[in-house]
Amino acid sequence: MSRAERKREDEQYRTWGGGYRPYDLIREFSIAVGVVLALVVVLTVLFSSPDERPTTIQTWSKAAPIDFVSVATSELDGSSATAGYGPPYNTNGEPQQIAGIRPANWFGVSYPIDTAKDYVIAPLMTMSSVPGLQSAVNTYTSASSSQQAKWTTAYNNALAKATANPDGTVTVPGNATSFGPVALMMSALLANAQAGGLDGQLLTSKQFYQTDYTKILMFLQDDNGDNAAANGGNLPASANPGYFFARAEGQNLLGSQWGMMNETGSWPGQVWLWLYTFWYQIKPFSTSANADLLVMVVMGVLSLAFILIPFIPVINRIPRWIPIYKLIWRDHYRASGG
Amino acid sequence: VSATADRPARKNWTVGLRKRAVAALPPEKLLPDGQPTYMSSWIYVFGVLSLGSLVVLIGSGSILALKGPTWWHVTGIGHFFNSMHLWSVELFFFFMVIHLWGKYWMAAWRGGRKRVWVTGAVTFLVAIPCALTGYVSQQNFDAQWISTQAKDAMNAVGIGAFFNLMDFGQMYSYHIFLLPVAVVALVVAHVLLVRKHGIVPPFNLDQRIGVGAAAASDGAVAAPPPGAEAESPAVAEPAAVSGEQPEPAAKAESPPGGETEPTPG
Repeated sequence: MSRAERKREDEQYRTWGGGYRPYDLIREFSIAVGVVLALVVVLTVLFSSPDERPTTIQTWSKAAPIDFVSVATSELDGSSATAGYGPPYNTNGEPQQIAGIRPANWFGVSYPIDTAKDYVIAPLMTMSSVPGLQSAVNTYTSASSSQQAKWTTAYNNALAKATANPDGTVTVPGNATSFGPVALMMSALLANAQAGGLDGQLLTSKQFYQTDYTKILMFLQDDNGDNAAANGGNLPASANPGYFFARAEGQNLLGSQWGMMNETGSWPGQVWLWLYTFWYQIKPFSTSANADLLVMVVMGVLSLAFILIPFIPVINRIPRWIPIYKLIWRDHYRASGG
Repeated sequence: VSATADRPARKNWTVGLRKRAVAALPPEKLLPDGQPTYMSSWIYVFGVLSLGSLVVLIGSGSILALKGPTWWHVTGIGHFFNSMHLWSVELFFFFMVIHLWGKYWMAAWRGGRKRVWVTGAVTFLVAIPCALTGYVSQQNFDAQWISTQAKDAMNAVGIGAFFNLMDFGQMYSYHIFLLPVAVVALVVAHVLLVRKHGIVPPFNLDQRIGVGAAAASDGAVAAPPPGAEAESPAVAEPAAVSGEQPEPAAKAESPPGGETEPTPG
């Protein structure tokens, strides 16, 4: 069929010249609202909805003190996911790219986070009552970066053999002098976190009212065991996740568990994101450092195609070729002898 | 029609808008009391069920918004309305997806209805961030996890710089105002376009070009639809303006034994 013929055929469908039957649209709409409302109430009564309490720095540091200290040390030495993220939080990392194009660079740093200062140094400087702490902080901040790295590396290595005590403190074995001021700084930060102080300090800002949870959530998401956040949340099966990630894994929320479309517990989540989540499960997306950008571009193209289906050749003819319409309009065709 | 004794000024914007609106959607076309005989399938139910879900969704969401974001965490009745909000959004997407698939297999964009499809598809796509901003506004572990996971995609494409999933205040504004307004506006546009163009007629089983949609498959002679185009003489009659269908014309032209039924008056 030529293009002109298709156009002429299309014009035939502009108006309907056949019969009509009585119909009450407002009544139909009212019944639909009533039916949906009844269905929603029944589903609500039967299944309710989930509401898992949020993770706080306090609950995390109490439940997994070694894990907390380990993440805090990575914030101090700049090895955490947030510290090396790049825009919009800092300039320490290269954003994801396609053909050298890095869209995250276009808008620069919008939510600046200096992990060492914001997560460790600044909170410790408010704890003036802890003996020796301000001196330790000053020692650390005035040391050279290579000296700081020696202390944090030694402390990090020793953390692998650390033990948690019943009172919530952490015992880190090894030569304490090799840790420099870091041991005291971390034990003070742990005590602060377990008392709930760090939660408040990471939320407060210059103004009294605020609703921005970026800093505290970025700290929590750094608790990713084997740095799973850098891999789009696709935690390897053999990894030992941190407290925050372990909690998500228990709720089937990890990226490798199709997490973005899941809800906590057994409730349905954003199931309409199935295609978006699907791409993260297959190569090259599942192994790419640019997975998020690639998936977003693919979904952008598919979304545009979805909107423009009426204009896309072949795709817009498939309904004509596969006669599901004969099922939909079977009464009509039967009545007209078609 | 003018409320004043004087004739309205020639360039009266209000009169101009009214004339255009009435010409595009005369009352009997906007709220018709009849539908084509081929509208006889369960698939047609899912459009109005999507609308019904949207009403329950907005109703339950409005109650949650009126009481504030903490209420549903600390009271049983609040949790009940949150559950209603969850299930109505699940049903909204479920019905909308079936509606979209149904319209695809009907090729419902035929006969100048492309904008109907486009507005429906855009509604579906805008509803996704509308739901996402709701999930990250829950103030629970789910919100923590989704916001920290989804931020990577937002940041990768650059919009994370001004669309911060971890900023509760910003996401709440998007969720309870900006995006719902966009969804409702798109749905209104979609429904008005459906009313303007009518539901798409069935495919002609007879492939011959030039055979009218109804004539080829129904054996009926083309008759003006309810609220027919402005040039239709029936519309100019007082009866048509009052909501009646062009019944006499349809009856007079219907061949004996044809399917065309008397249109509702």
